[in-house]
Amino acid sequence: MSGEITRDEVAHVASLARLRLDDNELDTFTEQLCVVLETAAELNSLDLSDVPPMAQPYPLSNVMRPDVIVLSLDRDEVLAQAPDTEDGRFRVPPALGEAP
Amino acid sequence: MSSAYELAASIRSGDQSALAVVDASFDAIKERDDEIHAFLHLTKQRAQAQAKAVDETVANGGDPGPLAGVPVAIKDNMCTRGEPTTCSSKILDGWRPPYDATVIGRLEAAGAVIVGKTNLDEFAMGSSTENSAFGPTRNPHDTTRVPGGSSGGSAAAVAADFVPLSLGSDTGGSIRQPAALCGVVGVKPSYGAVSRYGLIAFASSLDQIGPFAQNVTDAALCFDVISGHDPMDATSIPTALTPTLPTLNEGVAGMRIGLIDELMGEGIDDDVIARTNQAAEALTAAGATVERVSIPATIYGLAAYYLIAPAEASSNLARFDGVRYGQRVEGQNVAAMNVATRSAGFGDEVKRRIMLGTYALSSGYYDAYYGKAQRVRTLIANEFATAYQSFDLLLSPTSPSTAFEIGAKSDPMALYMCDVCTIPSNLAGHPAMSVPFGVGDDGLPVGVQILAPMLEEARMFKAAKALEEAAKGMS
Amino acid sequence: MSEVSESKTAESVIPDGWEMVIGLEVHVELGTATKLFCGCANNFGDEPNTNICPTCLGLPGSLPVPNAQAIDFAMTLGRALNCTVLPSIFARKNYFYPDMPKDFQTTQYEEPTNGEGFIQLPDGRSIGIERAHIEEDTGKSTHLGGGGRIHDATATLVDYNRAGVPLVEVVSHPVMHDAETARAYVAELRDILLATGVSDARMEEGSMRVDANVSVRPVGSDELRTRCEVKNINSLRSLGRAINYEARRHVDLWTNGEEPRQQTRHWDEDGGRSTPGRSKEDADDYRYFACPDLPPLTPTAEDIAAIDAALPSLPAARRSALAVAAGVEIIDTTLTVERGLDLLVIAGIAAGADATAAMKHADQNLSDGQGQLTPASFAALLVMEADGSLSSTQVKTVLAELVANGGEPGDVAASMGFEAMDTSELESLLDRIIGDSPDEWARFVEGDRKVQGHFVGQIMKATQGKADGKVVNQLMTQRALEG
Repeated sequence: MSGEITRDEVAHVASLARLRLDDNELDTFTEQLCVVLETAAELNSLDLSDVPPMAQPYPLSNVMRPDVIVLSLDRDEVLAQAPDTEDGRFRVPPALGEAP
Repeated sequence: MSSAYELAASIRSGDQSALAVVDASFDAIKERDDEIHAFLHLTKQRAQAQAKAVDETVANGGDPGPLAGVPVAIKDNMCTRGEPTTCSSKILDGWRPPYDATVIGRLEAAGAVIVGKTNLDEFAMGSSTENSAFGPTRNPHDTTRVPGGSSGGSAAAVAADFVPLSLGSDTGGSIRQPAALCGVVGVKPSYGAVSRYGLIAFASSLDQIGPFAQNVTDAALCFDVISGHDPMDATSIPTALTPTLPTLNEGVAGMRIGLIDELMGEGIDDDVIARTNQAAEALTAAGATVERVSIPATIYGLAAYYLIAPAEASSNLARFDGVRYGQRVEGQNVAAMNVATRSAGFGDEVKRRIMLGTYALSSGYYDAYYGKAQRVRTLIANEFATAYQSFDLLLSPTSPSTAFEIGAKSDPMALYMCDVCTIPSNLAGHPAMSVPFGVGDDGLPVGVQILAPMLEEARMFKAAKALEEAAKGMS
Repeated sequence: MSEVSESKTAESVIPDGWEMVIGLEVHVELGTATKLFCGCANNFGDEPNTNICPTCLGLPGSLPVPNAQAIDFAMTLGRALNCTVLPSIFARKNYFYPDMPKDFQTTQYEEPTNGEGFIQLPDGRSIGIERAHIEEDTGKSTHLGGGGRIHDATATLVDYNRAGVPLVEVVSHPVMHDAETARAYVAELRDILLATGVSDARMEEGSMRVDANVSVRPVGSDELRTRCEVKNINSLRSLGRAINYEARRHVDLWTNGEEPRQQTRHWDEDGGRSTPGRSKEDADDYRYFACPDLPPLTPTAEDIAAIDAALPSLPAARRSALAVAAGVEIIDTTLTVERGLDLLVIAGIAAGADATAAMKHADQNLSDGQGQLTPASFAALLVMEADGSLSSTQVKTVLAELVANGGEPGDVAASMGFEAMDTSELESLLDRIIGDSPDEWARFVEGDRKVQGHFVGQIMKATQGKADGKVVNQLMTQRALEG
């Protein structure tokens, strides 16, 4: 990888992340991201084929809990923090299309 | 204000009332926090209720705990039930969580009194607390300068003597670097030693909560209270941890300490290097052997960190979508609402890291970026493991420089360089702490960093105590 | 797994020369007490947002901890599907949707709990399974306005009770070629789920959800052409209709020189058609990565052996066992196994009953199940039928009584006044009637079967219906041969 990211790629990535950038921001961010990715490109010189990715800093496995009911949150306390609710549900503008 | 250890003792014995102590804390805050801006929100009612409860327990002959009546400040990225928790972001402005972080429960069970929530770089992303949506925090030693970040508010609150203890979080150095810049003790525990339940996640495989204190004893006391297994955190270490307080004064005689070569040269200010060399000499005088050690992979730490942390953050911050809590900017449909909300609610640094992280994980780029960075992590951890075969502890500067002026570093990359000494231990998961050791040429605090193998906090604290003793003798 | 050969259907759904290619993704809600990553109740139908906590609501600072029972159920299902149980890692699938509390779904990607397996259909064919992995369910969205249709909605309401419920997604290989096979696959999967107790598998309640991936190709080709995923299938009947509709739609497009667009489609049962949803070409890049909050699962050989030991008898094994015991084809065992009568029949055969007779009775006379009937009584009764002690009609009556109230067939027969009719008695009776009707007998001996009824009728009259018609016929035939 060259460490470069194009303006179009930044725009695409922004939309994946549900962010809207105006033209100025697009330019600025592209420049800044390029600089960071250039630093990342330093890693290209390393031969890591024999090095496995680090899964966890402190290796654990099979961490589980028993299938026992624990008291839930009070709905009113939660809904009181919501921007908009109706009939005990969270209300949002229409979701177009089905979920993936 | 007295040390936490002394305060708790005097409150437990009835010599002081917790209520009086917490009121004194609020007075100190009132007097100077307009200038410092360490706090975003004070939790007066909760604090006074807790203080009263502590005093009552004492009056009834009970023991309120090892932190009885000690005022503590909490970085505003940890959930405190019913109290504002903003992560210094507009997107969470006004949010009051319906639950407490595990560490809050442990502090209060030990008798501590939570006085307020402190300022941070937005979502813990930064090294100066200038990225806060609610204005920067100022370094109590020189208010034209930054306190460091991202836990700048918590560091400043202790440095300004508002509270003897505070909690911060450390993902790439966010406790240790501000501790160094503010001249206080700051500890990043072993990954998994302190529960992350209730810590608003930045980078899940790197984040740890840890204490700020004015002295090593207080830091050890606090660490022993907040650490330990939590069933609510699946990454929490299940085995019992060795307490750090009991062995604190055992000294460093016979310890082999490695001074990390790669962090003692280019990129580090001369005065910082000088102080670190002096720290090495102090440890030698105290009975340890100090030698140079090379850990080459540390130079790749920055690159790996700035791929891994943003990648995890991009996923962790997706939930801020205006649907269930926080601020919302309306839109014609929910996707438009998400975009409008996030674009208005997040600051530039957060957006930058979200985009960087999204890119590093995206189809076609995963192996080259995120995947590769995770391998570099293993490389770094392996080299540390090798070093720890020959050494009991490692030593380095904490921050490349002393506190810089507010506004001085506007280039993101320049700010990222602040973390070059601290990042490797987050990547490897090992504990590390910063201990104040003298001042720089500008008279501002310098911190040196002690690094230890996984779960060796007790050993790390012993060396920190020895350094603290030695530092007292410095002019 | 090898491809299943095309089954022969009575009429062609798609034109000759074309073949459907069907793969099914079935999401199964596990019947645990709590959700996958938190202690909230796993209940259907509770008041909205009353089973929520920081974790399943995805509140900032919350963390997941896996439910041991869910993991156990997932491995149990995997073994019941003949899958290899593997070490696994939870991964994050990142995308935005309001029913997703964290805007990522915790699922399994490259390392699922269960790898390759298969389902054996009642007709004996095997359908290959690619994987069966664990993931968390989403909340439920209701769209207001626009008659409930997504496209015209004015707002969306979200209930997170279902968010975090444990699911296993069973992914078949694309090796089915008609709707009937697909239906049989789902029906068999459902039977397995019920037998193992892992899920109540109710399509109408959403605890089993079937998505069909459909494409077509020319017969004889092994290519995989553009496929569409059809969702919102709420019954087996809809599954068949949706598959056939989609296959026809694809064939029409290809025949007109067009290509189906790769997309998700929504099945409209009332309209009898599928409508386009999101285009898969614009699909999100899910940016999968291992979830840093969840350590891996590493089941040991002992763990898996324990799972295997605890598995109940599954339908396929029961069919095989019955086929062997009764000496019949697997397809002929389905009804008996479905009714849960296989153990009875096998035990009956072991106790001496005739296999064919046992199967026949199970299929024809035990439609309400075994009731109080024991294998020993069943076997004894069939012996009485075979040696002519009871007539077929009598056997049926006694059987019904044994099912209803239990007991021994001999005792029941006696209490009903059904006596064991001696064959020699019958022979004497026949001789007497032959003596009374010599002309008719002569005609019978010469081969006139029409007069048979005369003799049978006379004997029945004389024995008040107790004679076994089969035995009478045998005696007559034998006597006729003797001359």
